[in-house]
Amino acid sequence: MLILKRNVKETICIGNDIEVSVLAVEGDQVKIGVAAPKNVDIHRKEIFDAIQAENNLAAEQKVDLTKIFPK
Amino acid sequence: MLVDTKYLGKQDIEEDKIIYFETGIPGFQEEKKFVVLDIPGNDVMQIMQSLQNTNLAFFITNPYHFYHDYSFKLDDSVVDSLAIKDEKEVVIFVIMTIQDPFENSTLNLRAPVIINSVKKIGKQFILNDDDYPLKAAIQHSAKESRG
Repeated sequence: MLILKRNVKETICIGNDIEVSVLAVEGDQVKIGVAAPKNVDIHRKEIFDAIQAENNLAAEQKVDLTKIFPK
Repeated sequence: MLVDTKYLGKQDIEEDKIIYFETGIPGFQEEKKFVVLDIPGNDVMQIMQSLQNTNLAFFITNPYHFYHDYSFKLDDSVVDSLAIKDEKEVVIFVIMTIQDPFENSTLNLRAPVIINSVKKIGKQFILNDDDYPLKAAIQHSAKESRG
């Protein structure tokens, strides 16, 4: 992993069209601004991971249609 | 074309029913083609079946059936990437996690599936605020959904 030191209001560039800026630091919290093309999805990692896990769970369920929807 | 499905045997799918998910959905980024299938005798739930993987299918439902006041703002980026021109083109559903007993099943209100029904493109949209849970109870409406 590349590790860079940045001060508040400084930015890093990723490729040609993604910019990540440190907007503010308040105690343990860092406020980050991300400017990226609209086709790049930006998520908090823990939320994305949770959605991924839930999708996996939903897909794995062995559902017996005749049991849920008795005819 | 005839397609093998996880729950409904072979189905004849019209080409224009195929919905394209450009980036797949979280956890299944390679699955880009889905079709929504009706479940005979059940008008509350449907099945979102992958066309690339017979064994991948999700139970989906109209969230408003369970949560009448469900609402969120679509990001401009989603409106753009789904080429949405008019609100009327938009179809929204949520993925269900089925449990046994069925009453314990949950709805993923945190990441609804948004479809442009005209252009046939879709995306699972992750809400950026915490207003709605990943596992919302289906509550008292469960009985109605037994078809």
